[in-house]
Amino acid sequence: MTTPEPRLKTGRSGKRLLEKFGLTQLIIPFVALLFLVLLNLFVDPSFFKIALEKSSTGYYILSGNLISIIDNGSELAILAIGMTLVTSASGGQDISVGSAIAIAGSIVLRVIKGLSPSISGGELAVYLIFAFVLCVVASALFGAFNGSLVAFFKIQPMVATLILFTAGRSIAAWINNNENISITDDRFKYFGNFLPGIPVPTPVFISAVCMIVIALVLKFTNLRLYSQAVGINASSSRLNGINPKMIKLLSFIILGVCVAVCGFIKVSRTASITYAVIANNIEMDAILAVALGGNNLGGGKFNMTASIIGAYVIQFLTTTLFKLKVSSSAISAYKAVVVIFLIILSAPVVRKWLGDLKNKHIASRAKVKKEGV
Amino acid sequence: MSANTEVLNINKLKRRTPLTDTNLLLIITVTVFITMYLSAIIFLGKGFTKPQMFYNILNENASLLVLSCGMTLVMITGGIDISVGQVTCLVCMASAVFLNNNSILGIMPEGHAVVVSMLIALGIGLAFGIIQGLLVAYLEFQPFIVTLAGMFFAKGMTTIICSDRVNIDNKVNSAFHDLSSTEVSIPFIGSYNKAGEFVPATAEVGVVVGLAVVVILFILLRWTKLGRNFYAVGGNNQSANMLGINVKLTKFLAHVLCGLCAGIGGYLFFLHARSGSPLHATGAEMNAIASSIIGGTMLSGGVGNIFGTLCGVLSLSTIKNIVTSLGLEDPWWTNITVAIMLCIFLLVQSVISVILARKKKNKK
Repeated sequence: MTTPEPRLKTGRSGKRLLEKFGLTQLIIPFVALLFLVLLNLFVDPSFFKIALEKSSTGYYILSGNLISIIDNGSELAILAIGMTLVTSASGGQDISVGSAIAIAGSIVLRVIKGLSPSISGGELAVYLIFAFVLCVVASALFGAFNGSLVAFFKIQPMVATLILFTAGRSIAAWINNNENISITDDRFKYFGNFLPGIPVPTPVFISAVCMIVIALVLKFTNLRLYSQAVGINASSSRLNGINPKMIKLLSFIILGVCVAVCGFIKVSRTASITYAVIANNIEMDAILAVALGGNNLGGGKFNMTASIIGAYVIQFLTTTLFKLKVSSSAISAYKAVVVIFLIILSAPVVRKWLGDLKNKHIASRAKVKKEGV
Repeated sequence: MSANTEVLNINKLKRRTPLTDTNLLLIITVTVFITMYLSAIIFLGKGFTKPQMFYNILNENASLLVLSCGMTLVMITGGIDISVGQVTCLVCMASAVFLNNNSILGIMPEGHAVVVSMLIALGIGLAFGIIQGLLVAYLEFQPFIVTLAGMFFAKGMTTIICSDRVNIDNKVNSAFHDLSSTEVSIPFIGSYNKAGEFVPATAEVGVVVGLAVVVILFILLRWTKLGRNFYAVGGNNQSANMLGINVKLTKFLAHVLCGLCAGIGGYLFFLHARSGSPLHATGAEMNAIASSIIGGTMLSGGVGNIFGTLCGVLSLSTIKNIVTSLGLEDPWWTNITVAIMLCIFLLVQSVISVILARKKKNKK
């Protein structure tokens, strides 16, 4: 509860300037980021070292914690895009993304392995495109399944996605008969690691492409307006000529496509899959990213930039926790505490309470001034 | 319609309408369970005809039964709790680590250690219930987000306590072992073995506790003020408030009771599994929610019945048994079946609520 106090002291002109550029929502992720950066500087300054090293394949690549944050944060950033839209339009979150990523990855491996018993020459590219398209279609269909449950049958998003949340990993295992498939061709690994000759990890480029696409979509279509309208009041947006059901369905389908891209990157990283572990707990991270971006988890207005920055901050947190030697399975406990803290800060009741506190503060100040005069 | 019949209708409405949608869903559930069990008897042969089979289903699912009952309470008030599965896991691990700790046996006898482990289990459940209840009821968060955070917190805490499997066998604590292997034989119900002797069916201690919880919660929901308040709050938040019901306190109490049930259910799971492991009770929250929904509890709140939940648990476990005895033994089939069943019942609920809403509109 102590953090918001310094905000009270900030000058009004500064606040207005922030509001003018729509940056108020970015305060929370940046404060969190600053806190993490200071923590790391304090514990171990070598955290921020970036080096250009020769990899095992003989090319120079960038390495270091910051690079790994940007690299590993790519999936989360892509997911955050879809999750923000779903949150905005449906007022709930999709908790099945982790399982859906397992399905998407399983499909990719199955297609590539099934099509090419022995991959030779340039044919891999064709298989890759085919596998990618198939996994996008399948994920979009799963998204449409979730979306239609939410939109047409009016089931709460989190219950509707609970179905896939539990069944998803089982379906993924079923697709590949629970075999541990691994692709031996090195070129498949390009998408999750490094392209030859380029020092920056490929997922960074993929996530950048996704961000550009969504930025263009939000800029040149009515998607932002429509989904916000549906999220704020579905029935009045229907009276205004928007079809809320289609918008909800569309947001889930977009999330499905995001999930497909994530699944493709995830399996490409290791060229294999472990059904129970792949993308474990990522649903929590994605929701956390949206919450950290200052978006209302109950739907309505959203800020895509804040969500994406939130995603990278979450990844920063994960990497920091790893550096502090927290075991990978215990990390979720720490993140849960962060979530609770964040939602406490963003709760309407607490906000009201803080507002009252602020008014009291101002009133007491005015009183002091009066008495002084 | 004449005025006379109108009055009659109103009288009828007063008496029956509050329970009609409950009854409809309950009837569906009971029918589904009975047809499922009968078809299992008819198509899958004699295994299902033995009473012991029925009690085995109960033995394996005593913990799920208690979890689902708690879930039903929360769902009646219009919330949901998806942390129960991982709380179960945490309770198992905490109790197992406690019993496995050698220094504790130096301080107190084995029997006392078992009692303390039970108290630990209840304490963990209560703590989760109270914290989540406070966040949901008094700070007005979405129950989903809060309990999702609780779920991941419990998941992380389990591995922080211990990341390996902890087995409690006869050597570690014989009192616990005795308790967990105690079987209650049911008089007059049983089957004849090959030698023609009568073998009474047996149930574990957990089943007795589970059924006791069912009865207590049934009475609570049916005949106490608190129980009726749950329905009122779930049915319509605002009108409950206007009736003078403390909505926040009611929601809070529902979460506390659910947490308590998670603690009891966790200990029952521990009694049955005799071990703690981070992999215990994965997907239990899904099963609990599915059983409640199959049992006729509406997600929108205000409608539900503990007896229905009992039927829901039984039908869910019966269909799992049917799936395995059909030869689909791969581990993923049960999950997929449960998901499909949950999906179907959600759709049925959705359709029913749409029909009811339409009826209401027509009446107006």
